[in-house]
Amino acid sequence: MFACLHVPGLPSFRQSVLLDCAAAFSPVIEQTAPDAVTLALDGCTRLFGSLERAARRMAEHAASLGLEARVAVAANPDTALLAARGYPGTLVIPQGREAEFLAPLPVEVLQPPAEIAFKLALWGVRTLGELAALPEKGLAERLGEEGVRLHKLARGTFWRSLTPATLPERLEESIELEHPVALLEPLLFLVAQLIQRICERLKARALAAIELALELELEDGGKHERRHRLPVPMLSARSFLKLLQLDLEAHPPQAPVCRIRLCAEPAASRSVQHGLFVPRQPEAEKLELTLARLSALVGEGRVGAPEPLDTHRPDAFRLKRFTVEEAPGPATTRGEPVMLALRRFRPPRPARVEERGGRPHVVMAQGVHGRVVEVAGPWRISGDWWSPQAYCREEFDVALAGGGLYRIYRDCLSGGWYVAGSYD
Amino acid sequence: MAAPLLIPAARLRPPLLDYAPAGLPAFDSLAGGLPRGAITEIFGPPGSGRTSFLWTALATAAARQEVCALVDATDAFDPDSAAQAGLPLHRLLWIRCGGDAERALKAADRIVNDGGFGLIVLDLADLPLRVLRRIPLVCWFRLRRAVEGTPTILLVATPQPVTGTCASLVVEMQGAQALWSGPPNARLLRGGVFQLRPRKPVHQQTASFSARAQWAR
Repeated sequence: MFACLHVPGLPSFRQSVLLDCAAAFSPVIEQTAPDAVTLALDGCTRLFGSLERAARRMAEHAASLGLEARVAVAANPDTALLAARGYPGTLVIPQGREAEFLAPLPVEVLQPPAEIAFKLALWGVRTLGELAALPEKGLAERLGEEGVRLHKLARGTFWRSLTPATLPERLEESIELEHPVALLEPLLFLVAQLIQRICERLKARALAAIELALELELEDGGKHERRHRLPVPMLSARSFLKLLQLDLEAHPPQAPVCRIRLCAEPAASRSVQHGLFVPRQPEAEKLELTLARLSALVGEGRVGAPEPLDTHRPDAFRLKRFTVEEAPGPATTRGEPVMLALRRFRPPRPARVEERGGRPHVVMAQGVHGRVVEVAGPWRISGDWWSPQAYCREEFDVALAGGGLYRIYRDCLSGGWYVAGSYD
Repeated sequence: MAAPLLIPAARLRPPLLDYAPAGLPAFDSLAGGLPRGAITEIFGPPGSGRTSFLWTALATAAARQEVCALVDATDAFDPDSAAQAGLPLHRLLWIRCGGDAERALKAADRIVNDGGFGLIVLDLADLPLRVLRRIPLVCWFRLRRAVEGTPTILLVATPQPVTGTCASLVVEMQGAQALWSGPPNARLLRGGVFQLRPRKPVHQQTASFSARAQWAR
């Protein structure tokens, strides 16, 4: 048996949604027409109990994706398509009674070529029943091969195999707005609907999203694009909405929005088996939201895992995205001795330094002042002389009379003194 | 007349805390380690070894495969010296707050509430005392309530004690001496010796530990 899902007036950008809807019920689906999808129902009665129930479930699922689909089930794909075009709601045509159900439908459901439609209208043939009643041989003589095909279709006896369709890799949902939206809250309300649909489609495919891309067409003709790569495949409409909300708050569009387009790159769902004796770790989905919230709080680029750069330049590091290791190794015990830590002053504090014999004698800077009682250095470092970011400095470790150990340096390029940090 | 307040009997006695080693044998034997599900406050002047203590505690927690977070109020974290202390940087979430105490407290509150972290360090050590004194006590109560009953250690570093009664363990740090070597014209900083004394619960004994400079082998 075959089922056909038909959505009258389906916009082209929602065709993939219809395919996804059908894919949730059968692995063999065919894009029969721009507004119709046919699927093989072999074995579905075991899952749903009866074909009527399967048809109802399909209609409900389509409704959850925002589609008002007509569903027809028949013994061959084309009968199912014609019935879906002709009857509203759901319909199951018992095997052997195809002609009976198709008979009252108008000839237009066949969508015949204009020339044949004109001839049929001249002959006074208005329904499929009237077409089916015509002799096949006569039709072949007057309308040719296409006429015979239409005749078989009208009688419900045209048999063919499905041409399997491939599902689009990226999931896409969009909304065209009648009036531009200038406020964040109404925009998020609409984005939430798109997210909900995307999540339903992902769920139907047993997939999750690894990347979200939000494209906003603006009233002034511009485009505002935001792309959000997730650390692990996620399928949580609430998390997606919060992530997009935080992102839009940090990077708002510069004009009212006319059209919203949301794309999701699917990936296999994550399955994790946590160890019994492994310490608890933040959940990856929750962590992503936490990181987004922290970024909104302290500023972008100020949250992450530090990574030293491959250079001798002092204090050279970058913040990379923080992720939780999925498969941590066994816990180890630390055997290293305690190391003396340096606290950086960012930016380095300018200092006035009195020198004696080429070595610092008195240091005066914001929060750091006193006579030098011990000094080690200078340690000269330089590099990047070929670039505008050249550095050259002489570093000293000093102990001040009032207490405190500091790292100070003289910038050989500018001649100024700075306090780089304190040992603590 | 107000309705009588019902208090679970379990609240009447202080909860038994689980302790995790900080990685400093002298401290661990004196205080038993760092309490989980509670606030630990480390205070002391600059150069008293607070940061060396923090990096060691972070490295030890990371060695236990725990995920760590550092809420850095003044952007004082030096990745090089932390890596030298054995801290795997990829397991550390560093939040740079740019000198804003309010942001630091909010960030700490956020990650404590979201859970899953083994050790959270709130580094307020370089903030001026007048700023720290303005932090309402209710913030500390809120953090204590959030961390209570979780396996998270919340370690707060300050120049003076500011958490009031909210910290379960308060440790005072003092810089004992810096270790230098070499002749007067070619000195080398080799490290420092630091003293610590638990102030809550009160201990009469002190413990000391030495920290080695990364170039002193």
